[in-house]
Amino acid sequence: MSAIGVKLVLPKSRHVLPGFRLSLGFTIFYLTSLVLIPLLALVLRPFELGLDGMWNAISTPRVLASLRLSFGTALAAALIDSVFGFIIAWVLVRYRFPGRALLDAVIDLPFALPTAVAGIALSTLYAPTGWIGSILIEYGIKVAYTPWGVLVAMVFISLPFTVRTVQPVLAEVGHDIEEAAATLGATRLQTIARVVMPMMLPAILTGAAMAFARAAGEYGSIIFIAGNIPAVSEIAPLLIVIKLEQYDYAGASAIGVVMLTASFIMLLALNGLQSWAAKHR
Amino acid sequence: MNKIFSKPTEDPLWLKLTLGIIAVGFIAIMLLMPLVLVFKEALASGVRTFFSAMVEPDTLAAVKLSLLAAAIAVPLNTVFGIAAAWSIAKFDFRGKTFLVTLIDLPFSVSPVVAGLVYVLVFGMQGWLGPTLAGYDIRVLFALPGIVLATIFVTFPFVARELIPLMVDQGRDEEEAAATLGASGFQTFMRVTLPNIKWGLLYGILLCNARALGEFGAVSVLSGHIRGQTNTMPLHVELLYNNYDYTGAFAVAALLAMLALLTLALKSFLEWRYADELAASHRH
Amino acid sequence: MKRILSLLAAVGMLAATTAGFSANAALAADVQLLNVSYDPTRGLYQEINKAFAAQQKSKGDNVTISNSHGGSGSQARSVIDGLQADVVTLALAADLDAISKNGKLLRADWQKRLPQNSSPYTSTIIFLVRKGNPKQVRDWNDLVKPDVQVITPNPKTSGGARWAYLAAWDYAAKQPSGNGDKAKTFVANLYKNVPVLDSGARGSTVTFTKRGIGDVLLSWENEAHLVLKEAGGDQYKILYPSRSILAEPPVAIVDKNVDRKKTRATAEAYLHFLYTPQAQEIEARNYYRPRNPQILAKYRKQFPDIALSTINGAFGGWAKAQAVHFGDGGVFDQIYQPGR
Repeated sequence: MSAIGVKLVLPKSRHVLPGFRLSLGFTIFYLTSLVLIPLLALVLRPFELGLDGMWNAISTPRVLASLRLSFGTALAAALIDSVFGFIIAWVLVRYRFPGRALLDAVIDLPFALPTAVAGIALSTLYAPTGWIGSILIEYGIKVAYTPWGVLVAMVFISLPFTVRTVQPVLAEVGHDIEEAAATLGATRLQTIARVVMPMMLPAILTGAAMAFARAAGEYGSIIFIAGNIPAVSEIAPLLIVIKLEQYDYAGASAIGVVMLTASFIMLLALNGLQSWAAKHR
Repeated sequence: MNKIFSKPTEDPLWLKLTLGIIAVGFIAIMLLMPLVLVFKEALASGVRTFFSAMVEPDTLAAVKLSLLAAAIAVPLNTVFGIAAAWSIAKFDFRGKTFLVTLIDLPFSVSPVVAGLVYVLVFGMQGWLGPTLAGYDIRVLFALPGIVLATIFVTFPFVARELIPLMVDQGRDEEEAAATLGASGFQTFMRVTLPNIKWGLLYGILLCNARALGEFGAVSVLSGHIRGQTNTMPLHVELLYNNYDYTGAFAVAALLAMLALLTLALKSFLEWRYADELAASHRH
Repeated sequence: MKRILSLLAAVGMLAATTAGFSANAALAADVQLLNVSYDPTRGLYQEINKAFAAQQKSKGDNVTISNSHGGSGSQARSVIDGLQADVVTLALAADLDAISKNGKLLRADWQKRLPQNSSPYTSTIIFLVRKGNPKQVRDWNDLVKPDVQVITPNPKTSGGARWAYLAAWDYAAKQPSGNGDKAKTFVANLYKNVPVLDSGARGSTVTFTKRGIGDVLLSWENEAHLVLKEAGGDQYKILYPSRSILAEPPVAIVDKNVDRKKTRATAEAYLHFLYTPQAQEIEARNYYRPRNPQILAKYRKQFPDIALSTINGAFGGWAKAQAVHFGDGGVFDQIYQPGR
């Protein structure tokens, strides 16, 4: 009884629950010491070059080419994964067939499989002597050790993100809306294009953005398959490693800062996208 | 099948078949073939070679190191994930969105950058390296560095899983428990935990899979000392670069089996608590 | 009471002696060394470590040697960043210079402290071709023909690749009408024929053998022999060009680390051991050219006598070659511009 009394007496405060200071304090402490301070070390390091030096470090043709390769190919991979990810999600959600659960489980493989393992498997597969590479070479297509190899690895590692963001939303949209549209006389194509797709757009964009972010930073699976030719198939993270091997800490950090800035902007855009999506649901 | 064809809201059969073939084909070529290849190459020189490659001392040391690093990093990130989710989901404060963005940040940072930042802090050319060396404390090229890099790349996994779940569940139940006189710890153990346990497990699973498989970040600061600072993925690279393909693919197969185990557990969790999970996946 | 006291005293003395003894034993008996080396030396140092440990054992010392292998540049970077190497055994002097300069971990005159430029063994760069040599490659000038694909790693990151680059340069410069400009064009044309630029020697070997890419692999002599042994049969053939470079992989003690770890004596003994006939034999068996003339003569068949230029003679030492050719904006950067 007294408990109810207490509840009546207490004003509805936002601090009814205990542990706010403790949990937030720990969160901020852990985040600051393990992530923010080390990232600060990265951001400050290139300044020892001066602003001109910083600009020179990232504006060499080789660095620019690697950034273009990493971000450009990541964009292409995100587009490819969005298309196939949507088709896969559609098939998994809408169709019933034997082996569907297995197919569903396999989607997360790139996520669970270590990138080094993916790297040696993909490069063996797509080399001119490999299962797929030997077929493609007949048509004069080289994948391993070309920028196409980078694309293949990126498509592999970021596929789960596009499928997994679209899938639950697609399941939620349900048949009733489509049925309503159909009753109103819309054709199947119209229903998909005018009703389903607009509802799916935020999820597709979110998935694409996550796929892009993951692919742009990827290292382990790509270095085995890319061939790593400067200015042709050399990705930005590899160039960071190479700069480091030349004892150029500031130069390596400068590229790191560019990549960090890109991923931070990406995340802000993603958060914006998600709140926009929340408003449109 | 032909009956379904007549339904106005269903895809026509030809479309179903086309999409089905595209989806299955894409998954088979992009995902399954690499997996099959790993096992095929691992067993290429026979089962005996496969197993002898597995019990090689350096391989065992790599397995041990990877498990140890994960065993330290995953619980720490789990505690962090719970604390972060508790503060973010159960309380209102300013800058919450920004905090969530910062927590997400390590997810989209390149693993190489993750390794680099610790080199810049703890390296002999970095901020703390020379000072710590004076006290004979080694971070890089030893277990602490490997653990730090692992923590960084798996940082948001538990938090990302728990935050949407706990936001979705609201704070009424906990508030009721608290007003009934339960202590904070009791509230958490008896009210919150049962509600989030499957989501928590799911997050830990993802965190663990990534921790065992991390390559780029660890590669920058491991030092590659055979039998001492080589993790499993680094050992795969080392064997691969040593003409020991069977060995490399044997360790790769071991990692692939761990991945498959993760997927199986994950599917089980998804099946077991489909409702709770749906909340966390609603972006 | 007295008895108890004396008992206590006895126990105390016993404990003290044991402690003293075990402290002594720790100093004398258990030494752990870390040898940070480059990629291809794995087999070599496995044997050397075993032999050295056995030798020390006979003197009553228990020595355990750990090894770390990787690209020479990346290994040097790790040592600079704090990897606790007692000795470094890398691919080229430039990397040790970097450890001395950037990390201040070893004395600048490290190369003079051991015989033979601190290189107990040497090697050179040779060609590895496929069975039957389908492109009929004979010498360096065949490598710039348009239809020949050459596999060599990235000189910016790989020690072996830098030796290969300099060998090609030296060949072109030493031709009858050769000069610096012609050498630059020659090397630029050669690298136009390189389809894959791996970051290390091992990566290139994998590309050439397992992936079946390229007609010629520019390889360390010792690596090429390993490939032959690994592949068996006559899948590949080693070709000796008319001239190559004398590669001197240097070894040194990392002064700061051994002084801190108190392992200097053992580390020095380890490096001196590399010059003993026993170790020279092991080096020759692992296809490194031994310095010891008798042992070299014994293995002459596997080390044909070809014209070898030295880095000091042809390029004025590593410091200069490094700055001119491989520094940022150096010759290699100039010939490897994008958009060609």
